Amino acid sequence: MNSNKIRIETPLTDDLVKELKIGTEVLINGTIYTGRDAAHKRMTDALAKGEKLPFDPKGQLIYYAGPTPPKPGKVIGSAGPTTSYRMNKYAPAMYDAGLKGAIGKGEMSAEVAGKLKEHTGVYFLAIGGAGALISRSITAAEVIAYEDLGPEAVRKLTVNDFPAIVVMDCYGGNLFREGIEKYKVA
Amino acid sequence: MDIEESELGKSILNDIVKNAEIARDEQVPICQDTGFSVFFVRMGQDLRLVGGDFNDAFNEGVRQGYAEGYLRKSIVSDPLERKNTGDNTPCIINLEIVPGDKLEIQCAPKGGGSENMSEVRMLKPSDGVEGLKDFVVERVEKSGGNPCPPVIVGVGVGGTFDKCAQLAKKALLREVGSTHPSSYYAELEKELLQLVNKTGVGPQGLGGRVTALAVHIEAHPCHIASFPVAVNMQCHAARHKSIVL
Repeated sequence: MNSNKIRIETPLTDDLVKELKIGTEVLINGTIYTGRDAAHKRMTDALAKGEKLPFDPKGQLIYYAGPTPPKPGKVIGSAGPTTSYRMNKYAPAMYDAGLKGAIGKGEMSAEVAGKLKEHTGVYFLAIGGAGALISRSITAAEVIAYEDLGPEAVRKLTVNDFPAIVVMDCYGGNLFREGIEKYKVA
Repeated sequence: MDIEESELGKSILNDIVKNAEIARDEQVPICQDTGFSVFFVRMGQDLRLVGGDFNDAFNEGVRQGYAEGYLRKSIVSDPLERKNTGDNTPCIINLEIVPGDKLEIQCAPKGGGSENMSEVRMLKPSDGVEGLKDFVVERVEKSGGNPCPPVIVGVGVGGTFDKCAQLAKKALLREVGSTHPSSYYAELEKELLQLVNKTGVGPQGLGGRVTALAVHIEAHPCHIASFPVAVNMQCHAARHKSIVL
């Protein structure tokens, strides 16, 4: 529908993130990592103990998601985003460790917004409940850590034009606040 | 689609429709959260079930269905220990005994993201219908983009603390777009839908006119001291299936 989507590649650089203002629609290419509640608890526990993460977070994006199992011959099942606010507690440590951004649904906290400013980070929205559509842009998937967590394991995904929208940027911009303000009827 | 004024909102609604089409054509779940397996069972009192175990039979069905259907296993055995049961069991069964000799089973897998935005509030009788409206609108507004709007809002009114929550869930079973059999509640549902869509939350919480697709209410008699109201949120992936045996 929208023809002015920007194609971006991971890992993200500061220069690129500075161009990503709220409302910008992007197509993400390269590698992204999945992680949700249980994996974040393990990853931030590891960071607190001075241990390494299962992947090098520098410049990378984490996708808050737990996909359905792939059918035979498929790379992945349905793979939409989960609600991001549950990661508010863990996200700051991840950004401090070098993470550049996250993909999820719903708003994140003021503390996370502060980290996006501090580390030139970005938060994207993928359409919640569009797991079948989104899975089409995932060309490879591999569990790289915490296999015992099942759907919550950390997966390395290769994505080709993964659709997302910039909803919180490194300037403090927040599309949830601005968008709702615009359409609210007093 | 016609009433959405936000361009981004329209584009999101388009993608949601496209997603449903892909899910149908490729037989892949519409959303990766294939839910907690919730059943509403109406069992005829003249019916006699022989042998086996009623609850085990449901759990076995869930076990097989989630494995064979390549659905996500989203249940942990204990809320504090949080170890995945690996087969999406146990399920939740709401059993009602009714006249007749039929067994009616409604399956309504419930996603966690929208469930998390639900709430029961013990209002006072003096709060009246205005109190109910304020609570429903407040809940939708506070939920923002979290429950994947456009949502369906299930409202339970009356009964006890627990009954009220169950009514709200039952309200979600109704066909979207259907009207309440009582004209009073049908009007109230219409008014609540308008109020909810004035919040500006819009598709995915990014602003717009289409915040909810429907508001469904279920009411029940209650105590002279009480006015319980429950709001159960349902995302746009509202899945149910029923069978009569």
